[in-house]
Amino acid sequence: MSIIEAQTFSAQVLARFDKELAKYPDDQKQSAVIACLSIVQQVHGHVSPESEKGVAQYLGMPVMAVHEVSTFYNMFNLTPVGRYKINVCTNLPCQLRGGQKALHHLCETLQVEVGGTTADGLFTLQPGECMGACADAPVLLVNDRSMCSYMSDVKLDQLIHGLRSATKEQP
Amino acid sequence: MTLDQVLTQFQSTGLQTCFHGRHLQPQIYAGLDGKNWRLKDYEARGGYQALRTILGMDGGEGMTQDQVIATMKDSGLRGRGGAGFPTGLKWSFMPRQFPGQKYLVCNSDEGEPGTCKDRDILEFNPHIVIEGMAIAAYAMGISVGYNYIHGEIFQTYERFEEALEEARAAAYLGDKIMGSSFDFQLHAAHGFGAYICGEETALLESLEGKKGQPRFKPPFPASYGVYGKPTTINNTETFAAVPWIIRNGGAAYLACGKPNNGGTKIFSVSGDVELPGNYEVPMGTPFAKLLELAGGVRGGRQLKAVIPGGSSAPVLPASIMMDITMDYDAIAKAGSMLGSGAVIVMDDTRCMVKSLQRLSAFYMHESCGQCTPCREGTGWLWRIVDRLETGQGKPSDMDLLDSVAENIMGRTICALGDAAAMPVRGMLKHFRPEFEHHITHKTCMVSAYI
Repeated sequence: MSIIEAQTFSAQVLARFDKELAKYPDDQKQSAVIACLSIVQQVHGHVSPESEKGVAQYLGMPVMAVHEVSTFYNMFNLTPVGRYKINVCTNLPCQLRGGQKALHHLCETLQVEVGGTTADGLFTLQPGECMGACADAPVLLVNDRSMCSYMSDVKLDQLIHGLRSATKEQP
Repeated sequence: MTLDQVLTQFQSTGLQTCFHGRHLQPQIYAGLDGKNWRLKDYEARGGYQALRTILGMDGGEGMTQDQVIATMKDSGLRGRGGAGFPTGLKWSFMPRQFPGQKYLVCNSDEGEPGTCKDRDILEFNPHIVIEGMAIAAYAMGISVGYNYIHGEIFQTYERFEEALEEARAAAYLGDKIMGSSFDFQLHAAHGFGAYICGEETALLESLEGKKGQPRFKPPFPASYGVYGKPTTINNTETFAAVPWIIRNGGAAYLACGKPNNGGTKIFSVSGDVELPGNYEVPMGTPFAKLLELAGGVRGGRQLKAVIPGGSSAPVLPASIMMDITMDYDAIAKAGSMLGSGAVIVMDDTRCMVKSLQRLSAFYMHESCGQCTPCREGTGWLWRIVDRLETGQGKPSDMDLLDSVAENIMGRTICALGDAAAMPVRGMLKHFRPEFEHHITHKTCMVSAYI
């Protein structure tokens, strides 16, 4: 049996944790768990058992309670993903305006299956559920935090090209 | 280009959804252009005047808690999140003399398919929500509040955080607001992808840092809410309506809509229209007018069906929709519900079986797993509709579908079960021949589906 070591976080990450924690009563630290895990994911790409343990220690809650949260909320990556995780909304209102088509176009452009990661490790492509931007369809989310609207095939190509170029500039 | 520059190019500006100039008598979206979301702009539009008035900071006597709640009752404002519960009445349920902490929560977990109105409010007029919440907090004697924002709209969450900073710096939030004896601390929290957290008690669980699984009601949040303390939870648009009501009076708000259906309502129109977007119109506006504002059916096609209140509302055929007005009572009478105000428009090329297949997949995916009828039933619904769509359906599937839907309804802790079952029953009620066609001919009745 391997023992999981708690991840240690940088001073910068801890400062962001502190800011979230300050929003809640002193005896309700657990309230900050989603925010802390999302910060971990932004910095490290995914939430590992080590980071769950680190967050659990920081918030003074059981590791299992952290794991319950990371497995319940759809946006957490429990395994490593590509440098850019792209979620395309395919729910009905988006489907009526080409959401499914946009996902298909990205599959073809990136030569990757839905749910897969490109061989170069740059892109992970996933379908998504309602993002609350139905009138902007097709919509997609890049790395949880950046929404892209009205993604026609032309714009999808521009996005992929742009992300590849930005990566070359800042490898 | 840097990564940020690349991504910014594709960010929505609100031009098509909010600044199209085709609202009718707007109150919440009035005067917005996408750039004027800051505090000074909001003040220039008369913002924080209502808060000033109730606190007696405008030279007047101020308003008592009872007067504020009475004004809300007069306005006829009903909850804009979906249930349509009278807001003033909800506020009056909060225990007044409770000795401990009480909480105010804003439900901005906007994930009902078809709905995108709260995002535009928070993004382009965040202070109207802050002011509405401060007024509500005053009326109910609450000193701490949270705005729980949908995880997928992170940029909007950051915008709201910035607006909170502005409001704190200007003493509209914090201790002794504008020098009065009223304290109110407001914070923003965000979800991370769980439709169920739009259900109010699931949201409270999530706010406590747990899985978002709904609680039994009663006890209702007014007696047992966040951290077990009395809590009032309202939708973003509900809070956004409050400042106007205080400034203009309850009667003026009610006069803007229909009896029992006061005020304006923001409808998110999506799907097969020329101009999808948010449209703020008086309650009781005919659907035909709303469709016209949204540019009509796309490509000049025929209207086939409309889901008038978010994906959980039963679908209605064009013949019924073209005759009704958009308000709680009229839509309920027609057999559906106004819900969150998400109007999903479908033209004559749409296959209803395929549409339901997608919705059923969604509810199966989002069921929290707590109640057996919902956890198992949503899977049953999807599997049946999926096999109908793919030409594997059997004649007995029609009754089975109806039976599974019936056995979910009313047998679960929260409304997600009903939300999954109602679209099925609506589809079978109005579009049964399409489902039968799929069984008999193993294919669609309609030829195209983009």
